[in-house]
Amino acid sequence: MLVYTLKRLLLALLVAMTVSAITFSLTYLAGDPAIAMAGETASDADIEYIEKLYGFDRPIVVQYFEWALNAFQGDFGQSFYFRIPVADLLLERLPVSMTLGVSAISFAILLSIPLGVLAAMRPNSLLDRLALGISVVGQAMPSFWFALVLIVMFAVWYPIFPTTGSETWVHFVLPTIVLGYYATPAIMRLTRTGMLEVLGSDYIRTARAKGLPQHIILFKHALRNAVIPVVSLAAVQFGFMLGGSIVIESIFALHGAGYLAWESIGRNDLPVVQAVVLVFSLFYIVLTFLSDLLNAWLDPRIRVG
Amino acid sequence: MTTTIANRGLPAAEDIVGPTPGQQLRRRIFGHRGLMIGGSILVIMFLMAITAPYLAPHDPYFQELLARVKPPVWTTGEWKHVLGTDQLGRDYLSRIMYGAQISLLIGFAAAFISGIIGTTLGVAAGYFGGRVDMVVTFLITVRLSMPVVLVALAVVALIGGSLTVVISVLGLLLWDRYAVVMRSATMQIRQMDYVAAAKAVGCSTPRILLTEIMPNIMNNLIVVATLEMAHAILLEAALSFLGMGVQPPLPSWGLMVSEGKDYILFEAWMITIPGVALFLLVLAINLVGDGIRDVTAPENRN
Repeated sequence: MLVYTLKRLLLALLVAMTVSAITFSLTYLAGDPAIAMAGETASDADIEYIEKLYGFDRPIVVQYFEWALNAFQGDFGQSFYFRIPVADLLLERLPVSMTLGVSAISFAILLSIPLGVLAAMRPNSLLDRLALGISVVGQAMPSFWFALVLIVMFAVWYPIFPTTGSETWVHFVLPTIVLGYYATPAIMRLTRTGMLEVLGSDYIRTARAKGLPQHIILFKHALRNAVIPVVSLAAVQFGFMLGGSIVIESIFALHGAGYLAWESIGRNDLPVVQAVVLVFSLFYIVLTFLSDLLNAWLDPRIRVG
Repeated sequence: MTTTIANRGLPAAEDIVGPTPGQQLRRRIFGHRGLMIGGSILVIMFLMAITAPYLAPHDPYFQELLARVKPPVWTTGEWKHVLGTDQLGRDYLSRIMYGAQISLLIGFAAAFISGIIGTTLGVAAGYFGGRVDMVVTFLITVRLSMPVVLVALAVVALIGGSLTVVISVLGLLLWDRYAVVMRSATMQIRQMDYVAAAKAVGCSTPRILLTEIMPNIMNNLIVVATLEMAHAILLEAALSFLGMGVQPPLPSWGLMVSEGKDYILFEAWMITIPGVALFLLVLAINLVGDGIRDVTAPENRN
């Protein structure tokens, strides 16, 4: 287990390095950043001044390592727009995104696992078809459009939930539904497949033959084994959700990191954009690392093989 | 042996003609409800895109400023603008028809580019294994840990939004699923006896890849391609909705939803129509993809 953990950790670090290098390279994607900052009409002296000020005149590799080292210590530089440290901005905005992410993944799990279990109990029943229908619709519906439809419904027809802002928990209800629904199909399908497989296995037949009640068979024997792959999928989906939160946050005007990234993209505020990309990526890397470890701990075949 | 059976009045074995493999396949295709529904919608969308220049009732860019935000015909509108007009008085039906061109173009082109990248990486990893596999797996992990929407938004905003940029960015970002699926499919095929036989006969590696491996992973490739096409179409719509994708005045469906957003409280049809169009197109592509999977490899159904 220790060897496996170390291997995974090394891989995660390597991935993090590569991701940070790609993120850093965004600076040079649109051409010379000094010219971009100074503006088209700036004099050569101005451009040189900005190059010196931000260190653009040094070799790119040096710039990258300085940037990565600072980022590692929590210093993402100054926001071009707000003129305050990016880290402060992020600390203020991340809790909103995290709250949204956690509530959305909880919503998705609470909706999809029971549906998946019920669908697997009676394959091809009406309920199974309904669950399949939900997942087919969920995969095809544009999330931003679903969000707007909910806004129309709840702002005009049933004004129960507010549609903009992030002050209280009720502000999170609609965004949670939209973001959570997006992750539902995958989790539900995996739960259903896993349950179908487990329910056909020998030890379930034994449990039935012993005369155990249905709910004990289902929850104590079957679900426990079927849910193992679902855990890692949920971790991955959680990571994807943070990435997808940018669309949802900007529609509902939730002041989270995704919204911040969207605004910053519009303002050409590159340090903020890079910081959000990096933080979301690192978060995903940590999540997959943890879920790998969890899987290895649950299933010894993984860590040996 | 056959004569004795024939003597009893039963048909001889060689006279019993079952359905040919082609007939069986055709029966599976036409008997698959999802495939039929999805296929029909997709054909209609294609026709809409192709015939837009001839059948669209109006110029999708012509602004009739005196007829702005006219409702569709089933509410209080007129037959002149069947689906109404947008905030600049442009005919909604014409814009929807031309918008099908954009969505389909983006779906195909992005799925094609990412398909080439992902299949190359995946097949190489699956066939050669070892170091190649390690590098490709690493690349897939890196790609998966970058948030697609965010990176696409940032890159498009930095380079400047246009149809070509959006297609290239999506094409360069969405290859991960191809690589994952092609890698595991190739790993399975590599074990087959006919690959060993081809090697024994002395076939070159490119030849084995092209004539032994590729045909056998083709159905997986097509299924992933449909998924990624749907994915690309949804992403383009989201990017355009956020203002960092296809730029106005192009009639992208995502852009139309974004432009209709200001009117949602009173003119909800303005977002409903392009939204439903997007939903139907993506649904159709997904149904066709699932259908192809069921028809070509029924044993892989979950």
